[in-house]
Amino acid sequence: MSTQKIISETIIARIPRGDAFYAAATFLAVIGLWQLATQALSIPSYLLPSPLAIMNDLRTHWPIILLHTWFTAFEVLVGFAISTLVGIPLAVALTYSRTFDKSVYPLIVGSQVVPKIAVAPMLLAWFGFGMFPKIVIVVLVAFFPIVINTVVGLRSSPIEMSRLASSMGATAAQTFWKFRLPNALPNIFAGLKMATILAVIGATVAEFVGADKGVGYLIMIAGSDFNIERQFSAVLALSALAVVFYWLTDCAEKVFIPWHVSVRSNK
Amino acid sequence: MKIIPTAAAEPSSVRQNFISIAGIAKSFPARRGLVEALGRVDLDIEQSEFVSIIGPSGCGKSTLLLLLAGLEQPTAGRISIGNRLVQDPVSDLGIVFQQDLLLDWRTAIENVVIQAEIRGLPRKPAVEQARRLLAMVGLEGFEGAYPYQLSGGMRQRVSICRALLHNPPLVIMDEPFGALDALTRDQMQLDLLRLWSHNRMTVVFVTHSISEAVFLSDRVVVMSPRPGRIETIMSIDLTRPRRLSIRDTAEFIHYNHQLIAIFKKLGVLREDE
Repeated sequence: MSTQKIISETIIARIPRGDAFYAAATFLAVIGLWQLATQALSIPSYLLPSPLAIMNDLRTHWPIILLHTWFTAFEVLVGFAISTLVGIPLAVALTYSRTFDKSVYPLIVGSQVVPKIAVAPMLLAWFGFGMFPKIVIVVLVAFFPIVINTVVGLRSSPIEMSRLASSMGATAAQTFWKFRLPNALPNIFAGLKMATILAVIGATVAEFVGADKGVGYLIMIAGSDFNIERQFSAVLALSALAVVFYWLTDCAEKVFIPWHVSVRSNK
Repeated sequence: MKIIPTAAAEPSSVRQNFISIAGIAKSFPARRGLVEALGRVDLDIEQSEFVSIIGPSGCGKSTLLLLLAGLEQPTAGRISIGNRLVQDPVSDLGIVFQQDLLLDWRTAIENVVIQAEIRGLPRKPAVEQARRLLAMVGLEGFEGAYPYQLSGGMRQRVSICRALLHNPPLVIMDEPFGALDALTRDQMQLDLLRLWSHNRMTVVFVTHSISEAVFLSDRVVVMSPRPGRIETIMSIDLTRPRRLSIRDTAEFIHYNHQLIAIFKKLGVLREDE
């Protein structure tokens, strides 16, 4: 649980803005070396295309790449939304009901040993090639970090906090909305950020297993055609998708918890 | 949830028994049977009185406060506050813990005003009152600051203002200055006494510090190690308003020595001959 928080908050969110220049310069240098190497060592383009060749593929075929990115984005978005809408209330129920917690929480945690991708062929058999089985996979992978982080956040509220609330005569609803939920928001957002990245991975791999659209499908088709430029283009499109989703969650975090240390250190 | 209209505004000369703690005991279930945290405590506290409870760690001081606030139920005995038996959380009081428990997402003034918000009291007078209280503890100009922008002492001042916003007849404080540095602590004691002489609420104050207890209180209740019982109750007859210089007077030092002697007798303090 804490590892997830560290990954999503520390590694990605806390890169100081001023260092972006150095990172960008290094990145461009690597791309430049790559370009030079492919030309100087005459590496065959079916093994490693040059950056320019990939750019060229993106430029000429962007409509088809964009179209497939849309499908994947839709699966990710719907899956992510369902995970959030189910995950957060479930976490609240787990926190408030001892019985529910005892009977369900171990199963949720235990279910994480199942490699969700291994279920994908079954989903294919049950629901066909459409988007639905992909959304199911996205929910299966994105749901867990949201639930776990929300539970951790809600439970981390100190006992004195609820005592203070009781001394004010707060109702259970007031204690939840005014004390506990805001207190859990930083953890919830850590879970959501984790989920955005996992959701993109889940959708792509689900498309590998069997699909007629989406970036995963595009990669499989390009692979069977030995079109390695297209595979690189698709990977770029997926990365862009993941970045946009992550960025949107990050923006939401800044709006909802401007007071939290993870957000402040970015200023 | 009703709030007693400031009975504390009466002149302090008409003192009456406000809190009555009778035969209170508290045990917790543990691995090997019951652990007796607090055994048979009797204590009466007058209106507008400042009472400190002092004792070694684990003597049940904090438990006693929680029982007083109705946040824990006693195993035996009864507590009444203002002739009302304590059976569930008492809301006619303010609480300050060692942790300031400020809400990170609210500004200083909003952290104070939440007291009124939860109680459904009108917002406008609450904001004015919060502003007054913050000014009284030297936080004028910090109303809009978020907790992370405040120092530890400032945060604890905000939490004290929060406990006082609804003008409660009783304020209970559980080692509120325990986490602060010595200088800040001195200032906080003065601020607290100023608020107390202004609001005339009853204060029950738990502390580990002998000199803090003497400096602040009308009476100091000394508790024995677990299971906590009242060892002695010492009246502190020092003039008010108390100034820092009172700590250099012979009387003050005498009270300190007496308390130290009691803790030596209890085996809480030991020194080599």
